[in-house]
Amino acid sequence: MSTYASGFAGGALIGLSVALLMLLNGRIAGISGLVAGLGRDRGLRRWVDAAFVAGLIAGPPAFALATGAWPAMRFVASLPVLVVAGLLVGFGTRLGSGCTSGHGVAGLARLSARSLAAVLTFLGAGMLTVALLRGLA
Amino acid sequence: MSAALRLLAALAAGLIFGLGLSLSGMLDPARVQGFLDVTGAFDGRAAWDPTLAFVLGGAVSVAGLGYALARRLPRPAFAGAFDLPANRRIDGPLIGGAALFGIGWGLSGLCPGPAVAALSTGAPPVATFVAAMLVGMAVHQRFVARA
Repeated sequence: MSTYASGFAGGALIGLSVALLMLLNGRIAGISGLVAGLGRDRGLRRWVDAAFVAGLIAGPPAFALATGAWPAMRFVASLPVLVVAGLLVGFGTRLGSGCTSGHGVAGLARLSARSLAAVLTFLGAGMLTVALLRGLA
Repeated sequence: MSAALRLLAALAAGLIFGLGLSLSGMLDPARVQGFLDVTGAFDGRAAWDPTLAFVLGGAVSVAGLGYALARRLPRPAFAGAFDLPANRRIDGPLIGGAALFGIGWGLSGLCPGPAVAALSTGAPPVATFVAAMLVGMAVHQRFVARA
């Protein structure tokens, strides 16, 4: 399968997951929100969100079992840069109420103007950051 | 009964999400950064990698069908009501937060979904990124959400 075809098929699976979580449990599949909720929520809601995150983490090994190869990962940042990036992503996704899944997939799927504004902003900021990184390198 | 079904549904949805990410190539930070590198193609440094647009297109199409179906249903199968965000405002925190997230995403090629899923690969850069991300979330919870 070509890169674009497997990208589209993988994306369709992500969309299926987002649809199922809404149709079955009534919840938005936003990863930053679900992860942050683990430290804040109590009772059944916390356990349900933990079950989603456990399934998510089981995804790559399940993929490796099914296909015989782990998904490719080529890291592009040094450890200090990863720390700065992680802090920005953690703080920014909470301040902005979502990330690529909550705003990018779920928000666009429900035609939310608020999510579209967030998506255009983080895409623009990401593209500008990479352009500056490449310019400085 | 409904609690067990809800747990099982969340586990299955999480697994499908993680399989989708693995198949899509979006666990690969170089590929994600290759999408964000739009200027590379202009100066001939690197070819633009459009894969992320195919992933987003596939995901939004299928999720959109599911959400359209959800709008016709009185409630979800295993819960009392659909839990949807009420906030529709496009304001400073939304744009500022999205901008900070975008900078971190561009620097690392990592966002929360792929980073959390890839914890199971045991790769040290992923664990480092996720630990810092949790600190960033805790800082927001401590100093902004409760302020």
